[in-house]
Amino acid sequence: MTSETLEQGATRALDGRTRKMSTGRLGDRLFGLSAKGSGILLLVIMAAIAVFLIVKAVPALRADKANFLTSQEWNPDAAQSRFGIAQLTFGTVLSSVLALILATPVAVGIALFIAFYAPRRLADGLGYVVDLLAAVPSIVYGLWGLQFFVPKMNGVATFLHDDFGWIPLFGGDTVGGQCILTASIVLAIMILPIISSITREIFLQVPRANIEAALALGATRWEVIRMAVLPFGRSGMISASMLGLGRALGETIAVALVLGTASGISLHLLKPGGNTFAANIANTFAMAGKIGQSALIASGLVLFVITLLVNMAARAVISRRKEFV
Amino acid sequence: MSTVNLTGPSGIRKFKDKLAFVAVCAAFALAVIPLVTLLYTVIKNGAKRFDMEFFTHSMNAIGGRDAGGGAYHAIIGTIEQVGLASVISIPIGVLTAVYLVEYGGGRRLARIVTFFVDVMTGVPSIVSGLFVFAFWIALLGFEYMGFAGSLALAVLMLPTVVRATEEMLKLVPNDLREASYALGVPRWRTICFVILPTAFTGIITGVMLAIARVMGETAPLLMTVFVTTAINNSPFKGPQMALPLFVWDQAQLPQQVAIDRAWAGALTLILFVMLLNLAARLIARLRKPVSR
Repeated sequence: MTSETLEQGATRALDGRTRKMSTGRLGDRLFGLSAKGSGILLLVIMAAIAVFLIVKAVPALRADKANFLTSQEWNPDAAQSRFGIAQLTFGTVLSSVLALILATPVAVGIALFIAFYAPRRLADGLGYVVDLLAAVPSIVYGLWGLQFFVPKMNGVATFLHDDFGWIPLFGGDTVGGQCILTASIVLAIMILPIISSITREIFLQVPRANIEAALALGATRWEVIRMAVLPFGRSGMISASMLGLGRALGETIAVALVLGTASGISLHLLKPGGNTFAANIANTFAMAGKIGQSALIASGLVLFVITLLVNMAARAVISRRKEFV
Repeated sequence: MSTVNLTGPSGIRKFKDKLAFVAVCAAFALAVIPLVTLLYTVIKNGAKRFDMEFFTHSMNAIGGRDAGGGAYHAIIGTIEQVGLASVISIPIGVLTAVYLVEYGGGRRLARIVTFFVDVMTGVPSIVSGLFVFAFWIALLGFEYMGFAGSLALAVLMLPTVVRATEEMLKLVPNDLREASYALGVPRWRTICFVILPTAFTGIITGVMLAIARVMGETAPLLMTVFVTTAINNSPFKGPQMALPLFVWDQAQLPQQVAIDRAWAGALTLILFVMLLNLAARLIARLRKPVSR
């Protein structure tokens, strides 16, 4: 018997063991069951989130006299309950997608910098600096955004409006710092670390041979990145930015603090106001009545479903890639 | 007749290379600027009210216009809520990870759990708050209380704990398991006394990062813990306060004294979070798990 078959035999024996949960002893049975139970409990919690949100959302949806999907109103506690998620969906998607557009190139740049440009000894420390951005609580981003960034953005907004007002996005009658653009920039800062850390990991997996082959052909550093690194990391970058999008969609407090209170659908990025699912819930929950709370839960359910879909799509991209590598 | 330059890449390619270098460095600088200004403004503005009164007084009977007051009640609340959330989520999280790594072995249930752990990571924090509100307060009829906030935070912590523990358990060399089995040690004792201790520092690091993450969560507390200005030491009775809620509450008042309190609260919160982060990384560096 060669050592190889011995090893195979050992692996098989171990496999057999993994398949059998316990040896029949009481301690083994209890421990195995509690481990399995915890896993099942996790699934139960996920199911419960969906079930309880649906159960509590139904009364409001029944009472709603307006179209839940297309109405722009939000008066669930009025005598004639009327509310819809149109402007919330619009504000949420617009601010998150804008944040994604702003954050992705920067995040990829950071990942490239740390993976290929920074001196090797510094790379870990620089990665930690970027991760620090992720450690800052969102309420602190909100406070900083409201007290420091919004006043700065007042000037920027006026400048953009005066000099680039002919671009429809920067047009409109009123401009101010508490606008969708400001919220998007704050969101972009918040999702930077998640996108860049995943992208960095993907970049570090690029086969050494591919990079060396490109170098051997006389490629400059940028050409190596463009020919060997970026094509390899494309699906990873896509899924990383989708995870960032999921994060931005659900971000609550920073957006709630930064945005003004005026509502309505407007493509004018500099107009004060705008609203998102999460900000709307945070701002109005304390004052909402029974139907109002139920309506907010209904909007939370929609947010849950949207983020679920985005995250699942991102995971699907990652796992499909795993099969190839 | 033009000469071909064989000493290096042509001008345009060199230029593109330089341009890319500048762009990449600029991207990194763009990320550092907000971090630096944020830390600077928080420290500068937070220092104003970072005094003894802030840590020893609550906001009881202090209006938004009044100076003074502090975050004692909020700090108590945060510690209790986060502590309870850890007590709930760490055992469940670690056991789930043990199931996935030690028992799962590619079973269908394990694959489903893995998938939903990923999905759970993406649950927006406000949704977990709504869930606990719908379940604990609206359905079971409890009042707003610190423990409800703990439940919401536990939902957010759970996937992070599972992920971190799973990664660490995977790093434990198989030889250790086999050696233990060969000595006739039952499986559960192997896991409890050989595998988990080996991965212990790594798990602690992951858990501390998870705690740091939920400590700053505000959204789920809005609809579970509610707000109060008085000291409430019991997480099981009546509304409590928490540091993020304190900042949220004070930041929305127009008066400068309230804004100053908010900054001091933000500074306290950041210190808590950064210390946890730093401690976690130090532990991780001090004792790396045995490599394969």
